[in-house]
Amino acid sequence: MASELDVAYVAQLARLRLTADETKLFQKQLGDVLKYAEKLKEVNVEGVEAAAHAVPIFNVFRADDPCDWFTAAEALSNAPRQANNLFIVTKVVE
Amino acid sequence: MTKRDLPALSIIELRDFLRRGEISPSETLQALEERIDAVDPEIGAYLVHDFATAMAEAEKTDVSLPLGGIPIAIKDLINVEGQQCTCASKILRGYRAPYSATVIEKLRGHGAIPFGRMNMDEFAMGSSTENSSVQVTRNPWDLSRVPGGSSGGSAAAVAADIAFGALGTDTGGSIRQPAALSGIVGFKPSYGRVSRFGLVAFASSLDQIGPLTKTVHDSALLMNAIAGHDSHDSTSLNAPVPDYTKNLGRDLKGIRIGLPKEYMIEGVDPAVKSAVIAAVKQLGELGAEIIEVSLPHTDYAISVYYILATAEASANLARFDGVRYGHRAENVSSLFDHYARTRAEGFGAEVKRRIILGTYVLSSGYYDAYYLRAQKVRELIRQDFVREFEKVEALVSPTSPSPAFKLGEKTTDPLQMYLADIFTNAANLAGICGISVPCGFAQSKNGKTLPIGLQLLGKALDEARIFQIAHAYEQSTDWHKARPVIEPIAA
Repeated sequence: MASELDVAYVAQLARLRLTADETKLFQKQLGDVLKYAEKLKEVNVEGVEAAAHAVPIFNVFRADDPCDWFTAAEALSNAPRQANNLFIVTKVVE
Repeated sequence: MTKRDLPALSIIELRDFLRRGEISPSETLQALEERIDAVDPEIGAYLVHDFATAMAEAEKTDVSLPLGGIPIAIKDLINVEGQQCTCASKILRGYRAPYSATVIEKLRGHGAIPFGRMNMDEFAMGSSTENSSVQVTRNPWDLSRVPGGSSGGSAAAVAADIAFGALGTDTGGSIRQPAALSGIVGFKPSYGRVSRFGLVAFASSLDQIGPLTKTVHDSALLMNAIAGHDSHDSTSLNAPVPDYTKNLGRDLKGIRIGLPKEYMIEGVDPAVKSAVIAAVKQLGELGAEIIEVSLPHTDYAISVYYILATAEASANLARFDGVRYGHRAENVSSLFDHYARTRAEGFGAEVKRRIILGTYVLSSGYYDAYYLRAQKVRELIRQDFVREFEKVEALVSPTSPSPAFKLGEKTTDPLQMYLADIFTNAANLAGICGISVPCGFAQSKNGKTLPIGLQLLGKALDEARIFQIAHAYEQSTDWHKARPVIEPIAA
């Protein structure tokens, strides 16, 4: 399984630009980690339910009451670019 | 007591001085600030600390409250309104929190003063604090060594008497391991015991906020402040919060403590092994019954952990897109270029590695083989604990397989760094609580004394019992009284 990791491809999926050196280094380092993780194949997991959480909590509801939250100014307080009370995004449509 | 000695006090001791009116909260902060100025240039625990704001808070604090006037240092990933919260990452440089985390509101409700932003591994990813994008933090016992991580700034500050207590976070051992390596007490609450609202998420099914302190009693006192249900965190447990100090001082008669045979493995440093064996004997002499137990899936915990934690991290860190907050790349050629360069410029190497690994194990074709399988093995690990906790009240082990390692020793080999978490990961996977308490010292080749930590694990929501056992052990030894002599490295 480990040899199937293609760091350059996964970096595209993760929206991360890697240098050629980083790609090469991560390929080796993560290959080692995945090789180590191969031992999970030994475990018999038949009939075992997957645990997303250690403490099963389901369907948590809160009261449907209005309450104060961020003002626009607060929400924008860390925005790298803003104008007219809005976030400025990079052009999406060509 | 002179003002110079003041920073060496435990929280309980300081509280008594404050309540008797022998010192004021302002004098306390002043004395702490002076010691930070004198010592922290050697340690590098604080990223920033805003003395003026804390002084204004100190002047208004009510010393009759349980933590009235006590400054508490905060790991730089817990939001305090108006203060920086950078996770020691370039991508959040300059970020100011527009609101406070629930734990901060709770600390303030108990009279404490959040003071200082503590260094950490970037986004809490690491075991040595070397992944900080800002600065190195050094172990007060030997400045050529790491303080552990990821809450290394919090741990080193408490160990060096430049913080009375601190909050950290523990996703795979990030409170307990630095506490062990720095010779202090570190507590990881059961999953859901402490609200995560206002904590920057790393791995949401594993993260918990907890205290780093000089003593077990101080740890219980901080837990009294921060534990409890929070409607802002849907994973927080709606269970009553006991007084965690109530069992302190009780003996250990009738308490059964399990020694997992899988934890006394090869590769554990001989000094760590002998210190832990002595500590187990001591627990027996205090009245506990020691029973050998078995956690057969122990060997898989690190693999499971690094698959699940990176998967969750890759999803959580998708929010850093350079639009709403944080770093944003300049002169981008396309939307893809905007995202890819923003993230490449903002994240450090370890964060990038984990995003890649997490994205891979969640990607089509590999999800079942890695992520889903890891979740199933996680369940088997959890069941190991549930089964053994029917026979015993607590489990005992080393916190870390070795004392503090040298700066730079493991940075080029991520797998070796991951293996440093071997005894701590499983508690996060199983959602149980755990503590590290000082249990001895190792002598290093360069003539330094390096602390060793004893880990005690308890059932989910059984933190009061773990505090009882840890306190009984601590009070029967002198390990926690030893303080490092901070010696600058010869140039």
